[in-house]
Amino acid sequence: MIHSTAPDQIVLSARGLRRTYHKDKLAVPVLRGVDLDVETGKVTALVGRSGSGKSTLMHLLATLDRPDQGEIYFQGKRIDNASRSQRDRYRNADVGIIFQFYHLLPELSAIENVIAPAMIGRSMWNYLGQRRQLQQRAEAMLDRVGLLHRAKHRPSEMSGGEMQRVAIARALMTDPKLLLADEPTGNLDTETGVDILKLLSELNADDNLSILMITHDDEIAASADVCLRMQDGLLSGKTVPRRAA
Amino acid sequence: MYRWLLCFRYLRTRYIALASIISVTLGVATLVIVNSVMSGFAAEMHDRLHGLAGDIVIDCHATGGLPDPEGHLAEIKRICGDEIIGSSVSVSVPAMLGIEFRGQQIGRHVNMIGLDPETYNSVSDFGKYLMHPENQQNATFDLRDGGYAPGREELADAGWKHRRHWVHVKRLQDKIRAQEEALKPQAPQSQEAIDAAQGPTFGAALSPSFAAADAPPVIPNPLSNDSTGTLQATLDPMEDQFPGIILGISTCSVRARDADGNVIDHFYAQPGDDVRLMFPSASDNTKVLNKTFTVVDLYESKMSEYDSMFAFVPLKELQDARGMIDPQTGVRSVTTIQLKLAAGANLDAVRDKIRDRFPPELFAYNVQTWRDMQGPLLSAVQLETTILNILLFLIIAVAGFGILATFFMIVVEKTRDIGTLKALGASGRGISSIFVSYGVLLGFVGSGAGLVGGLLFVQNINEIAGVIEVMTGQEVFDPTIYYFDTIPTIVRPLTLVWVTLGAVGIAVLASVLPAMRAARMHPVQALRFE
Repeated sequence: MIHSTAPDQIVLSARGLRRTYHKDKLAVPVLRGVDLDVETGKVTALVGRSGSGKSTLMHLLATLDRPDQGEIYFQGKRIDNASRSQRDRYRNADVGIIFQFYHLLPELSAIENVIAPAMIGRSMWNYLGQRRQLQQRAEAMLDRVGLLHRAKHRPSEMSGGEMQRVAIARALMTDPKLLLADEPTGNLDTETGVDILKLLSELNADDNLSILMITHDDEIAASADVCLRMQDGLLSGKTVPRRAA
Repeated sequence: MYRWLLCFRYLRTRYIALASIISVTLGVATLVIVNSVMSGFAAEMHDRLHGLAGDIVIDCHATGGLPDPEGHLAEIKRICGDEIIGSSVSVSVPAMLGIEFRGQQIGRHVNMIGLDPETYNSVSDFGKYLMHPENQQNATFDLRDGGYAPGREELADAGWKHRRHWVHVKRLQDKIRAQEEALKPQAPQSQEAIDAAQGPTFGAALSPSFAAADAPPVIPNPLSNDSTGTLQATLDPMEDQFPGIILGISTCSVRARDADGNVIDHFYAQPGDDVRLMFPSASDNTKVLNKTFTVVDLYESKMSEYDSMFAFVPLKELQDARGMIDPQTGVRSVTTIQLKLAAGANLDAVRDKIRDRFPPELFAYNVQTWRDMQGPLLSAVQLETTILNILLFLIIAVAGFGILATFFMIVVEKTRDIGTLKALGASGRGISSIFVSYGVLLGFVGSGAGLVGGLLFVQNINEIAGVIEVMTGQEVFDPTIYYFDTIPTIVRPLTLVWVTLGAVGIAVLASVLPAMRAARMHPVQALRFE
């Protein structure tokens, strides 16, 4: 039961999230009061049809957007109304985000893309002082996703699966508590997608990394620890498909 | 750090942005060139103009001049104290210069200046512009043996050699003529005498063989015997000279180009020749005086107004000739007092003090600083420089709009990356600083390239002018028109700093607007941007 879970076992929770988009005078409610808890150390899948509001929810949870109503807590601390710089720091260090379209920076090589969050989170002098350690960590992260041999390659020289691996390495660079994945396999063929999912569940198993993953693929959702279903801007159900069963 | 990494990457991968700063480069290069040439021109002109006159010049407009210059100087020193470190007095009168050239009388209007070379040199760069190397060190009014203007072939014989040569030729001529006269029948001889009395033209008397002689023979005008006849009778031109005169080079020469395009000066008179000057006396009942002088040197400041106007003679000679000596007291008069001030003295303040002591209501004195005298010219150059600078900065400003447009394009192109960076925790300020840094970098690259290009151009400007001349057949810098043989340039580091800062500033200003737009982008919309 969600509500019986101890607070320190919840990494991210949302209460009564509402978000309405306005197109001219027409109000389109996308989220209509979402309550959500992401448990520490578990893979949580969020499934729903397109238009159900799962991406919007993800953006709110990543503080890329702000809710009209409701609250978001990260490890018990409210973040949706935190200051701009606090939210920047939250995105930079506390959560790692991966996207359906990878969103790597095309001018940078794989290893530079992986280091980028560390650069963003530090001042120039701080970064230059720790450059060697950060370089090593980035290499370790690339190694972790099995792409160390392509460290110097640009995104344009890589396949979709490789790019997503680099994006995962990048998300892990700042050692986040939670990985937010927005349809990480949505743009990949099934086989590659399975590899990515395998990598994610390895990370979950080895590092006890909490993962919130959006997908519209029920099969993928079935492999998660917790599966949340979304419909018309509301969470409509929670199942514990695999390991918990 | 990421901002520098990214903007360096953008610099390397976005050549369109480099294209947008070519106009900055060109603008900066042009500014550097124009400023260097203009300040070279202005400095050279300042130098020349200042070299021609003392710091402060007191001109007396009375024909008789101002009496007792020593008394005036003592009074001025009493007023101005230690600021005056040198002074010179001179007499300046308008005069008519007469030069004999191949039997023709050439008349030129000149400004005749009686001066004492030693004191005159202490207030202005008089000696520096003389032809003879020793006169440059220590100017005298004595004709020298030779060695005038080393490197100037036209003046190779100038000096006593030339004088003895023409005197010799003239005596031979006189002898031949006398023999011819003696052989001629009576009647035509009288006709000849009538012709001679009608005018001074001796052109017909010159045979082509004379014209081909290596030095042009100078035949004295019959008039020369009128006023100085007694003097000439006692003077052997082979051994002696008349009072010395230093002519401005353009009063006695014309500059032209030969068939090969080389600039050549043709001299009507050169050191060793005798010339005559007609000038007014100082008495109330002004008369024209007529006096023969021997050219002892030429004066070339390369300021054409001065080179074509000045004739310098010894001060005492001119004072004696014009009667500027009080017969009772023996006090001499001068028309001009020049003062040299200590370095850093305020010229205008000293001028005003002297003006207060000698108010224009009571004295016919005109007290001016050398800047006042050259005011229109100097301010014209200054104005030209200012206007050119404004115009060229407008060019860079136009380049700024090019950068603005390019940057907006780049920001739009990079929308998704901006969203990504925001998702990775980059602040709005950080993202805007990517683009502002990019602008700074482009500005530095553009103006740096312009600076280097401009400086290289300035360094080789004369060679470049030569190349353009060869290519177009058009003279770029005609030394017969300008005061200088080569294009003068001065590179002022402060100007370079200002130009660079201005160009970088414009590039930064042009990048601020697109950078702000990038910073304000909504991350979700940016990430969704296709």
